[in-house]
Amino acid sequence: MYHGHNIREGRWFTVVVILNHITEVQLLDRYTAKKPAIGTLYLTATHLIFVETSCNTRKETWIIHHHIATVEKLPLTGTGYPLNISCKNFHVVHFVIPSERYCQDVYHSLLRLSQPAKLEDLFAFLYNPKQDEDDRRNGWGFIDSAMDFKRMGLPNEFWELTDLNKNYELCSTYHSELGIPKTARKDTVLGSAKFRSRGRLPTLSYYHKESNGAICRCSQPLSGISARCLEDEEMLQAISRANPNSTFMYVVDTRPKLNAMANRAAGKGYENADNYSNIRFQFVGIENIHVMRNSLQKLLEVCAMKSPTMSDYLTGLENSGWLRHIKAVMDAGVFLAKAVADEKASVLVHCSDGWDRTAQVCSLASILLDNFYRTIKGLMVLIEKEWISMGHKFTQRCGHVDGDPKEVSPVFTQFLECVWNLMEQYPCGFEYNEKYLLEIHNHVYSCQFGNFIGNCQREREEMLKEKTFSVWPFLWENRQQYINPLYKCSLGREVLRPSTLPLNFKFWCGMYNHFDKGMQPKQSILDHLLTIIQKRVEGEKKMTDFQRVSRYRFV
Amino acid sequence: MEFSEHIKTANVEDVVLRRPFYQPTKGTLCVTGHHLIFSNRGGDSARPFLLLLRNIDAIEKSVENLLGYSRLFSSTGQSQRPSVSSGTITLKCKDLCVLQLDIPGMEECLNIASSIESLSSLETVSEMYPFFYRPPFLSLQDQWGLSSTEQHYAQMKEIHDGWRVSQVNRDYSVSPSYPPAVIVPHSIDDETLVKAARFRQGGRFPVLCYYHRETGTVIMRSSQPLSGANRKRCREDELLLQAVIDGSELGYIIDTRSSQQAQQARMTGGGFESKSCYRGWKRLHRQLEKGKVLQESLIKLVEACGDQSHSVDRWLSKLENSKWLSHVQTALSTAGLVAECVERDGHSVLVHGSEGTDTSLLVSSLAQLILDPDSRTLAGFLGLLEREWVQAGHPFQQRCAHSAYSHVRLRHEAPVFVLLLDCVWQLARQFPLAMGFSEPLLLRLAKEVYASDYGTFLCNSDQERCVTGVKERTHCLFQSLLRANERQHYSNPLYERTELAIWPSIQPPSLQLWKGLFLQWTDDALHLVEAQKVIQNLVSQCHRPLNEKVENTDG
Repeated sequence: MYHGHNIREGRWFTVVVILNHITEVQLLDRYTAKKPAIGTLYLTATHLIFVETSCNTRKETWIIHHHIATVEKLPLTGTGYPLNISCKNFHVVHFVIPSERYCQDVYHSLLRLSQPAKLEDLFAFLYNPKQDEDDRRNGWGFIDSAMDFKRMGLPNEFWELTDLNKNYELCSTYHSELGIPKTARKDTVLGSAKFRSRGRLPTLSYYHKESNGAICRCSQPLSGISARCLEDEEMLQAISRANPNSTFMYVVDTRPKLNAMANRAAGKGYENADNYSNIRFQFVGIENIHVMRNSLQKLLEVCAMKSPTMSDYLTGLENSGWLRHIKAVMDAGVFLAKAVADEKASVLVHCSDGWDRTAQVCSLASILLDNFYRTIKGLMVLIEKEWISMGHKFTQRCGHVDGDPKEVSPVFTQFLECVWNLMEQYPCGFEYNEKYLLEIHNHVYSCQFGNFIGNCQREREEMLKEKTFSVWPFLWENRQQYINPLYKCSLGREVLRPSTLPLNFKFWCGMYNHFDKGMQPKQSILDHLLTIIQKRVEGEKKMTDFQRVSRYRFV
Repeated sequence: MEFSEHIKTANVEDVVLRRPFYQPTKGTLCVTGHHLIFSNRGGDSARPFLLLLRNIDAIEKSVENLLGYSRLFSSTGQSQRPSVSSGTITLKCKDLCVLQLDIPGMEECLNIASSIESLSSLETVSEMYPFFYRPPFLSLQDQWGLSSTEQHYAQMKEIHDGWRVSQVNRDYSVSPSYPPAVIVPHSIDDETLVKAARFRQGGRFPVLCYYHRETGTVIMRSSQPLSGANRKRCREDELLLQAVIDGSELGYIIDTRSSQQAQQARMTGGGFESKSCYRGWKRLHRQLEKGKVLQESLIKLVEACGDQSHSVDRWLSKLENSKWLSHVQTALSTAGLVAECVERDGHSVLVHGSEGTDTSLLVSSLAQLILDPDSRTLAGFLGLLEREWVQAGHPFQQRCAHSAYSHVRLRHEAPVFVLLLDCVWQLARQFPLAMGFSEPLLLRLAKEVYASDYGTFLCNSDQERCVTGVKERTHCLFQSLLRANERQHYSNPLYERTELAIWPSIQPPSLQLWKGLFLQWTDDALHLVEAQKVIQNLVSQCHRPLNEKVENTDG
């Protein structure tokens, strides 16, 4: 819906080719028995658009095809053929189409358009906001995750950046520049990479200047039942020694212990603490992508209940297990932050492949530890660094193209939800507001920009940066909307120590019921504050202009 | 009777006080007739900590004789001084705060505990603290209360044709729990009222509580009719209700019991308005819990909020099991129904349950908040509480004798007023600009209703307040809250009056746990309080005259 304004502003009118339109379509309200809206449904190459004709003001609903998760035809009702569409941004619309043939047409078109077979057919390759080619190119340089290492103080006496992965030979799913301990020799790094699943060797995620503690990430070791690897053991030792403030380091396996043990039979597994000196090994029990996918499914079923009682709703919420998973991720993030800030220890985190749970936990801990990531630009850097460049498989997890549905999982959504829970606990602690998270979430799935397409940096390097736009300059341009007026930078470098009691984890109505306006607060404190601040700024500007003019006149 | 009879030990030195948000401090504890006073010896600047004994809901004590322990456990041990004994008193307050006192000396501890126990449970109204509270900024000569029925009536010119003030209850003989003056239809004389009153439980015949200007319809409230097992009728009662809908064809009776409960009530002499006898009145049943069920709901909720276990499932199931949010949902939806009848359908409404002193008041006052912008200002809201709760005879003393922690056998306790405040909070959360008052006001009221320096919530009815001299010998809370500096504190900085009705969403995700109240003694609440302060500053900055700032920058 949000990019609709671009089209109406005529910035890339040529793209909108109406493939089909159907009149007398009804749009039903999801919750109430209110009279359905009647209007015309337009199918374009990129969007499904409903224009209401039953009311005086022109009301439009825009759905980008890539947001569509499922399309469902229901049996004929008295008024026509129902077509239910659920979107990845949790927008759910129920149309009733007057003729069966039309319904069939739309249904098949949407199936085809929502999940193309090839990446090249995604919207991002079509999207062209008529920008200069130089601007487009520069846009990709707007956020540079390597710069963030500089901000943390790298290189320093303990850590440095290596280009051992510059041709993605060491690890095909990592970024080309990796932070490693200064004392790690080349053969240590190479050997360790060989001993880690998919070559995802231990590398620096966040370095905490104040304590010298570091958060490192990797994938599971190929330890099997009894295998060991001296280079990997040396690598961990090097990480541990890079922190003079602690005699030990934590190794955190974010999986439940049972899952990790099952992996041993397949030649993978977890570190045997006897082989590694001075490590403290810990499981934190975050469930895998399949459990998370099913849990979200159950949560959405709760959202779809028509006028549930409070008991139905709370019981459904409990049975979905969703908030339990959110808390598990948060608990792990808090554990990391405490280890680094309070115990001044370094932590190495992994799960199986180290691109889902590990990304969640490392990025969350970074937010807790460092105020920079609580700013608008900082969150971009964090997502670029921990998710995009470290190989979170956005294409598969988001189901951008037709593929294995078992690879789809709301891992990134969960991360945003953890951040939202933190924002609820610290209303003055973040520079950005809820809208920012929602907008990022929208764009992760919209495929309008190239950032969240592809499964790793190498894939992106090859085609996206040449042919698509980056989302970050676009969000930065609109940053005024994403400001939290209550933000107090005075909180400074303070480490957040959130309470993780269960009652602090709330259902995120703004995300899952975002399109059910009736359920949101009817007035928004945020919008109100942003408006009065805006007015104030304008007023002050006028006043100074006026004074400048009058001074000029009277002097 | 003298308070000193209850005080066995008045002073203890070297007591350690532990309370939320503060480090444990050592000081002197003093028991007086109405307070616990704790003063910190070293900190001369710090004001002593004052706790109203009335605020104490439960007291738990444990004493231990360390001499015994040291003999048992330390074999080498002469390190312990001999004959050291001490005790710990845990005070659980009605405002949900929990404090702990470590008292040296077993005997002192037991004495203090027993003094607190007996003093906090004194029930003679005229011995309560409001009769002794004499702050310099208030005078007993001031008017007690904000407005009388007559004054309220005088302000509503538009009802003078159809409605009149009746003094039929001037000596409280018609209805002991009604105020001396009530507003009734013009055409109904006092004699008819007397007879109608005999047909209503507690003499609470239907009276006006709200007149809706736009539609000319009204909200009335009463108690149940005493039709009994043999379906008695009362001509005068029927006439009275006939006069309410005079001319229009339909009125609604919202019965706050289930129809089964209403049927059962006939066996004990109560009942409901049968269709055949009350022409034009349509009865709807909406079951609202009250009494013991509600009290137990509060107890369960508070218990759940105090649960320190880290299981989300357990928290959600406890929250569900407490049913508190279900009660909030039902109360708001019933109030919404009443408001809808009045505003959207243009029909008058009579609300009653059985006694007409609890759920009827809850529903009628919430409906007024939804409909009436005047009741949403600070003074308007306090006026509403005075009319609909204090004057209308909500038995505060019985309902609020104990709160969520008490171990004594419950009699008439029920947190109906707290439920009202929670519902108002939900309204204010959904319409953050529509209320002239702020969350701190609701929190203050939630505290004052259980234990107060003021006389406003003493007694069970206007009659009792007259008999005990409350109006002459205590100060009025509402008056005090409207003094300039208090007014500032309790006003909503975002307030923007809206003339429209505010329709709350009652979908379960739209209703939330009131953290400000139920978690007010946790760190979480501190962040929320901070956010409120920031909002206040922001708004006042934005509303400061423009030239002020410009002058400053010039200078």
